[in-house]
Amino acid sequence: MSLEEPGPDADAAAVARAADEMEALVGEHVLSRDDHLNAPGYVVRPDAVQDVLGTLREEANLDHLSCVTAQEYEDRYESIYHLKSYDDPTHEASVVVPTPKDDPRSESAAPVFRTADWHEREAYDLVGVEYEDHPDLRRILLPETWQGHPLSLDYDQERPQIVPLREHANPLEDDQKADEGETMYLNIGPHHPATHGVLHLKTTLDGEQVIDVDPDIGYLHRCEEQLCQNSTYRYQIMPYPDRWDYISAGLLNEWAYARAIEDMADIEVPEYAQVIRTMGAELCRIAAHMLAVGTFALDVYGDFTAIFMYAVRDREKVQNILEDLTGQRLMFNYFRLGGVVWDLPDPREEFFESIRDFLDHLPGSLEEYHDLISANEILQVRTVDTGVLPPAVAKSYGATGPVARGSGVDYDLRRDDPYGYYDELDWDVVTEDGMDNYSRLLVRLREVEESAKIIEQCVDLLEDWPADDRTIQSNVPRTIRPDDDTEIYRAVEAAKGELGIYMRSDGTEQPARFKIRSPCFSNLQTLPEMSNGEYIPDLVASLGSLDIVLGEVDR
Amino acid sequence: MSDSAPDRFRSDPTQVETDTRDARISGTDDRFNSKLRQAFGASPFILTKFDQFMNWVRGSSMFMLQFGIACCSIEMMHTYAVKHDLDRFGAGVPRASPRQADVIIVPGTIVSKFAPRMKRVYDQMPEPKFVVGMGSCTISGGPFQEGYNVVKGAEEVIPVDIHVPGCPPRPEALIYGVAKLQERIATGESSPVVVKPYDLEEFGDLDRDEVVDQLAEQIDEDDLVMRYNWADSP
Repeated sequence: MSLEEPGPDADAAAVARAADEMEALVGEHVLSRDDHLNAPGYVVRPDAVQDVLGTLREEANLDHLSCVTAQEYEDRYESIYHLKSYDDPTHEASVVVPTPKDDPRSESAAPVFRTADWHEREAYDLVGVEYEDHPDLRRILLPETWQGHPLSLDYDQERPQIVPLREHANPLEDDQKADEGETMYLNIGPHHPATHGVLHLKTTLDGEQVIDVDPDIGYLHRCEEQLCQNSTYRYQIMPYPDRWDYISAGLLNEWAYARAIEDMADIEVPEYAQVIRTMGAELCRIAAHMLAVGTFALDVYGDFTAIFMYAVRDREKVQNILEDLTGQRLMFNYFRLGGVVWDLPDPREEFFESIRDFLDHLPGSLEEYHDLISANEILQVRTVDTGVLPPAVAKSYGATGPVARGSGVDYDLRRDDPYGYYDELDWDVVTEDGMDNYSRLLVRLREVEESAKIIEQCVDLLEDWPADDRTIQSNVPRTIRPDDDTEIYRAVEAAKGELGIYMRSDGTEQPARFKIRSPCFSNLQTLPEMSNGEYIPDLVASLGSLDIVLGEVDR
Repeated sequence: MSDSAPDRFRSDPTQVETDTRDARISGTDDRFNSKLRQAFGASPFILTKFDQFMNWVRGSSMFMLQFGIACCSIEMMHTYAVKHDLDRFGAGVPRASPRQADVIIVPGTIVSKFAPRMKRVYDQMPEPKFVVGMGSCTISGGPFQEGYNVVKGAEEVIPVDIHVPGCPPRPEALIYGVAKLQERIATGESSPVVVKPYDLEEFGDLDRDEVVDQLAEQIDEDDLVMRYNWADSP
C-alpha cells in the first residue's frame, strides 16, 4: 500500500466508524467484538437475538439476512447471522451468538427475518443448536429419524441409521377421503418431472386450490460441507463447487470459493486471469439461464419438442465453447487460487471466432424465444399475475438473483459488491417490476443479453492483450494455511443469486468450518408465499420460475 | 423420369408377381430391399425361436423412465435432446411413470433419504426391467463417497446391468452404455448381478439392537424402513 493512495486507509477508517455506530445501536447487548474479515462481528447473549437483529434491521438498514452459520467449537456452540443491506451489500455485520455446550439454546431469528426459519432448521439438523421460539424446529435435510448431528464434533459416522418410507399424512385433517374431509393431500415428488430433480412438495388441496404447500428437501443432501471441511484449500475443494449448481453454472460456483479463499489468504489474481474468469462465468450464466427458460416452458405448457430443444441447442453451443476453454462439458474445475488453470486454447483466433459466432447468432435465437415463449398467449395466461412475490416479502425471505430482480429488487453483487472484471465493463442490471412468474422469465431472457455484452467486451480485451503479459496464475504457495481463527463470508452472483461461502480456519490446511449459502435454498422458501391460495397449475409454474437446482438446495 | 420407368412399374397383375420380384432380387430394382429384407433373403419368412424374437424386439424399442437425480441428469437430458438424440437408437422416449418404462437410468448420487424412494420406483416398473447406472456416484458414491449420508453405489439398493463411468459421463458415453444394453438384451445375455441390498422391510422385522430400541417410539412396527449399516459399506 503506497502513500499516494489514501483510498484503502480512508475506507478502512470509514468501515471502522460504521462498525462503531452499529455497535452503539445495540451496545447494551454486545458482550464483545469478534470481527470477521468481511464485517464487524458482535457477540450477543442467546436471549437478545431478536432485539439485536430487529434493531440492526430498522436502524442500520441491514435488511438482508444472507445466511445463518452454526458451528461447534471445543468449548461452545456458535450461531452466526450474516447480515447485509439490499441497497449496499458491502455494508455488512455479523451477529455471533455463542451457546454453552451442555445447553445449546438460543433465541430464534425467525420472527424478525422469515428466512431464518429454514436456515435455523438446517443449523439444528446438522450441528445441533436449538432455537427457542422457532415456529417449526425439525430436521430439514436429513430424514426425521436420523440419530446425531453430523457436523458436530462427536458424530459417529459408522453408526447405523434407519430411514422410514411412510405414507405422508395430511397435516390439516386426519382423513383424506373427499366425502369426510374438505381437503385432499397430494404428494408431488420426489420423483416427478416438474420438480426439477428430487424435490418433494407436500401439498394440501381444496378442490384445485392450494391451501398449504410444504417443500420437503434433502433428497440430494450430499454432505458437501463435510467434504469441503475434509479437503485442502489449495486443490481439493475446487472440484466440489461445480457440483452444487450443476446446470453448467460451474465457473460461477468456483468463483464463490475462489473469491472467499483469495480474500482470506490474501492472494492476488492477475488482471488477465480476471478477464478470462469473467468471460467464462458469463458463458456459464447463459447456459444456466437457457436451461431455466427451456424447462420453465416445459413445465408451463409441456413443450418437450420445440422450446426445450431450442434451449438445449443453444446450450450445446455454449458447452462446446466451454469445453474448448476448460476441457470439460459440465464439471469444469478450471479456476485455481490466484487465477485459472490454463490459458485460452490455441489457436486463439479460432477460439475467439467461435465465441463471436455464437454471439452473432444469439440475438436471432433470443428473438425466437420471445416469439415462442414470451409472446405466446398460453404462456402469458399461465404466468402473468401468477406467483406474485412482493419486494418486501422477497427481502424478508432473503431472495436474490433473478427471483429478487423479477420483484423489482435492484440487487446484483456483480455491480454492488464488485469482483473480477465486472466494474470495468459496460453492462446493466436487469430488473422487472411485475413480481410474477412472467417477470422472472423476462429477467432471465434479458440477462442473457447482458451476459452476451459482457462476453463480447471480454473477447475484445483478450484479443488485444499483449502477448508478454498473459499471466494466468499468480504465485501461490503449495500449501495454504490461513492464520488460526480467521473467519470470512464472501458471496458472488451465481446464476440463481447470491452464492456465499463462510469459512473459518484453524491454522491447518483444511477449513474448520465450510458453510455454503445457497441462493436456491432461500429462494425455494418463498414458494408457499407465492402458491398458497392459488391454483395448482400456478404452483407448478411458480416452482419452475424459481429455477431451483436441488444439488444446491440440499448441498 | 427415364423412358424405362413404365417398364419398372407393372400394372398387369400377373406380371407384378414375377417381374417386380425378379427385378428386386436380381438387383436391377432395389427400392424395396430394406435392411430387414436383406437379412431375411428372398423369402419374406423367417424361422426363429420366439424368445430370440422377443429379445430382439425388446432391445430395439426401449422406454426409458424419466428419472432425474443430480448432475448426470443434465447430461442425460442432453442425450435425449438435439445433437445426441438417443431416439435414433430406439431408446429415447422418456416415460414419466415407472409403470410404462423398461429401463431406468440412475443419473446421480443416491442419499439415505432417497434410496427407499428409488427402490419403490424400481419395484413399480414391470418386468423385465433393466438398469443403467450413470456416473461414478452410482458405482461407488463417486466424489461423495465419504459423506455421512451417501449410499455407496446404486448396487447397494437395486441391481445394475450397465455401469457408465464418468463424472458426469459425456452423452456419447451414455449412448454407448445404452447401446451395449440393447445389444445384450437382443442377444439374450443376462448379467450376473451382485446386489448387497439395503432392502425395504418392516420395522418390526429388524433385529433388535440399540439403534432400533432408540427409534421404537418414533417408528411403528409395520412402517417400511431401510436400515443402513454404514460400517459395512465399502
